Amino acid sequence: MAVTTVQAGRGTRPAQNLRVDRWWLQPALTAAGLTAFVIYSTWSTFTPHDYFAGATVGRDYLSPFFSPCITNRCGAGTTWHLVNWWPFSAAILMLPFPLMFRGTCYYYRKAYYRSFWFSPPACAVPEPHGKYTGESRFPLLVQNLHRYALYLVIPFPIILLWEAWKGTHMITVSAAGSLVTSRGLGLGTLILFVNALLLLTYTLSCHSCRHLCGGHLNALSKGPTRYWLWKRVSFLNEHHMGLAWVSLVAVGLTDVYVRLVASGAIHDPRFF
Amino acid sequence: MTDVSTDSPRSASKGPDMVNMQVWRGDASGGDFKLYEVEYREGEVVLDVIHRIQATQANDLGVRWNCKAGKCGSCSAEINGLPRLMCMTRMSTFEPGQDITVAPMKTFPVMKDLVTDVSFNYEMAKRIPAFQPKPKDADGKRRMAQRDVERSQEFRKCIECFMCQNVCHVIRDHDENKVHFAGPRFLMRIAELEMHPHDTGDRIPLAREELGLPYCNITKCCTEVCPEHIHITDNALIPMKERVVDRYFDPITRLGRAIRRKR
Ligand code: SF4
Ligand code: SF4
Ligand code: FES
Ligand code: FES
Repeated sequence: MAVTTVQAGRGTRPAQNLRVDRWWLQPALTAAGLTAFVIYSTWSTFTPHDYFAGATVGRDYLSPFFSPCITNRCGAGTTWHLVNWWPFSAAILMLPFPLMFRGTCYYYRKAYYRSFWFSPPACAVPEPHGKYTGESRFPLLVQNLHRYALYLVIPFPIILLWEAWKGTHMITVSAAGSLVTSRGLGLGTLILFVNALLLLTYTLSCHSCRHLCGGHLNALSKGPTRYWLWKRVSFLNEHHMGLAWVSLVAVGLTDVYVRLVASGAIHDPRFF
Repeated sequence: MTDVSTDSPRSASKGPDMVNMQVWRGDASGGDFKLYEVEYREGEVVLDVIHRIQATQANDLGVRWNCKAGKCGSCSAEINGLPRLMCMTRMSTFEPGQDITVAPMKTFPVMKDLVTDVSFNYEMAKRIPAFQPKPKDADGKRRMAQRDVERSQEFRKCIECFMCQNVCHVIRDHDENKVHFAGPRFLMRIAELEMHPHDTGDRIPLAREELGLPYCNITKCCTEVCPEHIHITDNALIPMKERVVDRYFDPITRLGRAIRRKR
């Protein structure tokens, strides 16, 4: 095998980066965006109050960071009483799943390999590492388990849709002083729905989902249903990066909104 | 070589502009950028200007080209640090007055000036077993539906300019990986064969164990530079990584498919 000949030296060559455009902008923005989200979500996780806007403000909104809430620490916002003994923030029980999913997502991998690990920082810009083995060794070998993270998070957007449906409960105080629940629509309800739909779309646009839906077939014509699904998911998949960002921002802003309403800082407008 | 410095009637109306071209000159033993002040005209591409330097100032300038139409894949170089086809990079895309650097592809050994030795790519191509077709149908024909070959057709747009190979940091920044990493163009070739409905070969172990698929960290530079706009990462490399997961990391799906096959 002539492999050794192709190993021969490359001759002296401009070693430095010759790019003159603003190649650093994209990794810088990505790093800023991801850092901001990590800081905010950590703060939110460890600030376990005001994440449920309940009867005191006439609503039934639970922040997506805490959904589904399976401890009794969410008061009336608890989704299921499964682990009432849990002494810490309810978000700690739920966040690992989306974190695993996004952490092993093919898009986020690209994003953090480039902007945090500089591997490479941008195309044709030399990377600062002496050795490189990519995803061929532990710990990065674990990225191959992305598919399992997908299996685990599939229920989440559905639960969030259901939580948004609960958000149509409008709570008012009757003349007699008792609490009355009626159906209605507040700005918060809309936000919860949009957030859940964006998460659902992001999840469906996943590369592993695309593969499982039909990408694994060689003869797509032999599986008409899978071909149909694969086509749809492939369309979403082309926008995977955009969906990754939009859904990330949406989840953060939804949490902000619920907290603002819950703390009484703003009044949630009601459409009907 | 044709004399491209001759005025065409159309460009004669507008006088030529001048540009500073920093062109890398040298061979395997060493070299450096050399400055050429050269004229260029409306509508020209970088290759035109390189040819003008060759015709008027440096007759011995080494440059490889063929079609001047973005189809032969010969004229790959690094223009202002980015892998580009010289024949498809318009001079009008640069700021007037800006120096333009033209360097040979970094990943491959220099032969002379802008010409590199790309045999790494041909050696890698040889390591991939060719198409192994199923037997023909009873009537002696082969049939496949358009939807079965759509994916491979995208990959066959490749003009083998090797800019994806050149930009890939796995070998660009780490020579030692050249023994066990075939590069995006050839991992895509494996994807093309693996997705072929009539192929019976199995190149998944080869892709994983010998040709370095796990070294790719899906950072998409190959896709960014491909002049044919092939979605190399999304449509070839990630689907191949998923097939590796099917084979080596996902007992559940494997079991499911085995049961379905039995039925
Ligand atoms: S996506 Fe993979 S093959 Fe393409 S340039 Fe990046 S590391 Fe190389
Ligand atoms: S895949 Fe694109 S970049 Fe790579 S060799 Fe083919 S045409 Fe060139
Ligand atoms: S979620 Fe991004 S690839 Fe699966
Ligand atoms: S000369 Fe053929 S691609 Fe540029």
